[in-house]
Amino acid sequence: MMYAKPKGLAVIGGGMAAQALIEAVRKHDSELPITLYCGEAHLPYDRVRLTELIEKGADVSDLRLRPDEWYEDNKIEFVVGERVSAVDTSTRSVTLGEETREFDSVCLATGSEALVPPIEGIDRDGVYLYRYPVDCEMIVEQAEPGARAAVIGGGLLGLEAAKALAALGCDVTVVHLMDRLMERQLDQPAADLLLAAMKEIDVEVLTERSTVEIMGDDHATGLRFADGETLDCDFVVMSVGISSRTDLAKEAGLTVERGVVVDDAMQTSAPGIYAVGECAQHNGIVYGIVAPIYDQCEVAARSIAGIDGESYGGSIPSAKLKVMGVDLVSVGDVASGETVTVSDPEAGIYRKLAVTDGKLTGAVLMGDTRGYELLLDKAKTGAEVINPLETLSKASEATAAELPDTAQVCNCNGVCKGEIVDAIRERGLTGTQEVVAVTRAGAGCGTCKSLVTELVQIETGGAGDEQAYLCPCRKLTGEDIANSIREHGAQSVSEVAECCGATRECGGCKPGIAYLVSEINDNRHREERHARYINDRVHANIQKDGTFSVVPRIYGGVTSPDELRRIADVADKYEVPMVKITGGQRIDLLGVKKENLPAIWEELGMPSGHAYAKAVRTVKTCVGENFCRFGLDDSIATGIELEHEWEGLYTPHKVKAAVSGCPRNCAEASTKDIGLIAVEGGWQVRIGGAAGASVREGDILVTVDTKAEAMRVSTTFLQHYRENAEYLERTYGYVERVGLDFVKEAVLNEESGEPERLRERFRIAKAAVVDPWLERNNPVHPKQFSELDSEPALAPAGPPVEALIEGGSA
Amino acid sequence: MKPPEAAVGTESLPQGAIALCLEADVPFGEGRSVAMVDRRIGVFNTAAGFFAIDNDCPHQGGPLSDGILADACVTCPLHGWRIDLRDGTVKDQSETVRTYPLEVRDGTVWLLQVEAE
Ligand code: SRM
Ligand SMILES: Cc1cc2nc3c(=O)[nH]c(=O)nc-3n(C[C@H](O)[C@H](O)[C@H](O)COP(=O)(O)OP(=O)(O)OC[C@H]3O[C@@H](n4cnc5c(N)ncnc54)[C@H](O)[C@@H]3O)c2cc1C
Ligand code: SF4
Ligand code: FES
Repeated sequence: MMYAKPKGLAVIGGGMAAQALIEAVRKHDSELPITLYCGEAHLPYDRVRLTELIEKGADVSDLRLRPDEWYEDNKIEFVVGERVSAVDTSTRSVTLGEETREFDSVCLATGSEALVPPIEGIDRDGVYLYRYPVDCEMIVEQAEPGARAAVIGGGLLGLEAAKALAALGCDVTVVHLMDRLMERQLDQPAADLLLAAMKEIDVEVLTERSTVEIMGDDHATGLRFADGETLDCDFVVMSVGISSRTDLAKEAGLTVERGVVVDDAMQTSAPGIYAVGECAQHNGIVYGIVAPIYDQCEVAARSIAGIDGESYGGSIPSAKLKVMGVDLVSVGDVASGETVTVSDPEAGIYRKLAVTDGKLTGAVLMGDTRGYELLLDKAKTGAEVINPLETLSKASEATAAELPDTAQVCNCNGVCKGEIVDAIRERGLTGTQEVVAVTRAGAGCGTCKSLVTELVQIETGGAGDEQAYLCPCRKLTGEDIANSIREHGAQSVSEVAECCGATRECGGCKPGIAYLVSEINDNRHREERHARYINDRVHANIQKDGTFSVVPRIYGGVTSPDELRRIADVADKYEVPMVKITGGQRIDLLGVKKENLPAIWEELGMPSGHAYAKAVRTVKTCVGENFCRFGLDDSIATGIELEHEWEGLYTPHKVKAAVSGCPRNCAEASTKDIGLIAVEGGWQVRIGGAAGASVREGDILVTVDTKAEAMRVSTTFLQHYRENAEYLERTYGYVERVGLDFVKEAVLNEESGEPERLRERFRIAKAAVVDPWLERNNPVHPKQFSELDSEPALAPAGPPVEALIEGGSA
Repeated sequence: MKPPEAAVGTESLPQGAIALCLEADVPFGEGRSVAMVDRRIGVFNTAAGFFAIDNDCPHQGGPLSDGILADACVTCPLHGWRIDLRDGTVKDQSETVRTYPLEVRDGTVWLLQVEAE
């Protein structure tokens, strides 16, 4: 006896519906054999973004929904460029060319065709549809600047085509049959605003014009309307509607009306044969937008996989106009029910809500589309609306944080807020692009991307996004680059560039990679100054006029008459324009010429304060128990000791610390990256505090008995941050992103051995620290501190000063 | 400034060529500036060769020679405007920066022409 192998699923049609169905099926069943029959020459692509082929000169391959490998990885067999010619409903077999194959189930996803109205002259050259890439290719050929284009049809697609042509410099006129644009979605006042907005982007609109002829010899030269009027043009784009492609279904004997009729399980009139997308008709409705298609595919996939779940009860249609500069969305139906309107015609704002039987049934938002996701969610869930005006105004104030998890953020790909938030949390995503790649939210028309970014920001506490790619040109994250450094044993930024291509295009990622290379190599990397920001090439902070500032280290904010005298002498001798007490308890010499830096350092005889670098900056202290009547411990000595221990170490972003002698906290330790506060019977260690661009109270990492323990924990955390944070991520962003528990486990769990290993790596890195200001005697290049026509003010000759860091001046 | 000595191979250089600096004066991957007639010129030693452009950033006059270089562009150290060293175009801005033809010969960098404003 022959072993009957599973025959699997045939999907006919290679559009967005087919792709969504396959993805939905694969969520339930990773093994079911699936064969995809694509009538077009490409694997599924994003039809919603078709206009990019006209406007941005994109190629179909740029619009592909998934790369080739995806189909291989997901075991999808596919055929492209050939049409299925027959389906047999009794054997569930599919005929392609000569071959007929049997399946367990078949799903029709044959979509629709652009409607071709029976107008005289419709077959002339220069008349184009707007449905396939080849249509766009032909349109682009005609769309020269100054060419006159007539777009017939003032619906969503017609207006989108008009905008694309206007952007290419064509003279565009939209010809619409009805008395207002988008009459199915908009009422008169909203349509009036839309008309004005289209004028703004240089698109003319003629309403109530019934085109009866496309004039011309071979090539179209103009339109003639029913009233006898004419419009001259060089080419015509037709966008008057769609009609479901049902020929295959009809021949197979399935019930077909406007579309292939399906029940609530998305099954056609024949068992085991399903239909989804624009070819399907459910409850009398054929949907022509993608969001309902995704709902349908979820249901069809469950039916096919034999899994129980909700059946399909229809979708609330919602549409967004993808025309830049014209903000317009519509939800459901505003033609019936009780309606309320808020409008400000001057500002181009019009917002309307329709309520039927106390439930939200429709909305139109024009000019100000805030709250769209919230209203759509209410319409979908049939939420009760007691005070419609209040609902409307509240919606406009809704932030991403307030949206319910069920709210659909991406309409194109049917992705809800909950899915996005889960993805960010569970997979630790930090960038919009990553979220787009994982959830597909924003991969369609892209209008929801800003909302996705907002969600990333909320979930990561503001640390997301800019960090997403360390090298945006090559789309490499910090982790990608760190991996390639480890893999290739790269010791310098140039070696990294060789192995992954980063740094070459814009160079913006060089400082970040320089940090990674040094950190991964425990500070024993090959230093390349060209990869450093100017501050780190000359060890001073560049000012608006190209001069530099000099901030010597003043450990714990404690100085001496001798140091002050030297600072004063240097300021006099080099005519330093400004001497200022900083907010970090030290002194800044501002407005120093580059070539004077080496001599000033030499004469100061103090180590660098690293005020210009992503490095350990200050450890501020309060007077503490030595003088203060409330002091519980020696905050000054502790601060000075810590500053010696940590100085010279580079970090992902600057690190500022403080030590307060009691909970009155005069050193502001609770808002520092690392803050120590003496408390009754011990020390509190806080991390992730901030009082700069963001204000955040530091989390209590631990409270310990002794100063030694507090310092040890602090150092362990410093190294943990050095190794784990993204470049340019302050501790406040880092701690919030990874969570305090994660940090505690890594830093406090001594039994795991990890804290000791962190401290060991800290010691290795610290051993390699040299005061950068010693380069005054030993420049890395003869012209390190000079221009081609200047010479550095020579540092007084003498033997190189021993590392001041060790000896110190405190 | 005193131009460096140029001993060899000057015959075929155009009239008025000026020796700017020695190749070795500009570290690889960095820029340095020099006063020239009525302006400062930034000289850049990149993976794509030597380039010279006006040193003042069109934004707020930042010293471009202190910027970070990629293969053929420099990013201003003050606010990050990015200038293409080959043609002086500025990314996302309409301004351009003047570029100057250069030639490197036997270790000397020659500026082929500078017109006064
Ligand atoms: C000199 C000083 C202001 C002063 O006159 O007191 C100063 C000056 C600058 N700060 Fe600051 N900050 C100074 C104390 C602070 C403090 C207070 C403190 O350290 O206790 C803060 C809030 C604490 C913090 O860092 O969170 C502070 C928060 C910032 C920030 C916001 C950082 C953040 O993520 O919130 C920046 C911008 C940045 O780092 O990206 C910044 C950036 C800058 C820069 C480096 C801007 C720049 O890139 O050119 C300024 C350099 C001016 C110059 O031309 O030299 N400065 N800055 C202070 C030097 C302290 C020191 O001795 O090293
Ligand atoms: C320019 C444009 C802009 C749009 N903008 C938006 C928008 O902003 N928002 C929105 O929600 N929707 C938008 N839409 C609509 C959206 O693109 C469609 O709803 C969606 O793509 C329909 O997908 P589908 O798979 O059902 O049909 P189709 O995309 O038509 O795919 C059907 C596929 O099946 C193939 N096929 C047919 N018969 C056979 C056969 N016998 N054998 C093999 N293959 C066959 C066809 O060749 C076709 O590739 C837009 C559409 C266009 C044209
Ligand atoms: S607050 Fe702003 S202006 Fe003042 S020093 Fe800091 S960065 Fe500069
Ligand atoms: S001065 Fe160059 S970017 Fe602002």
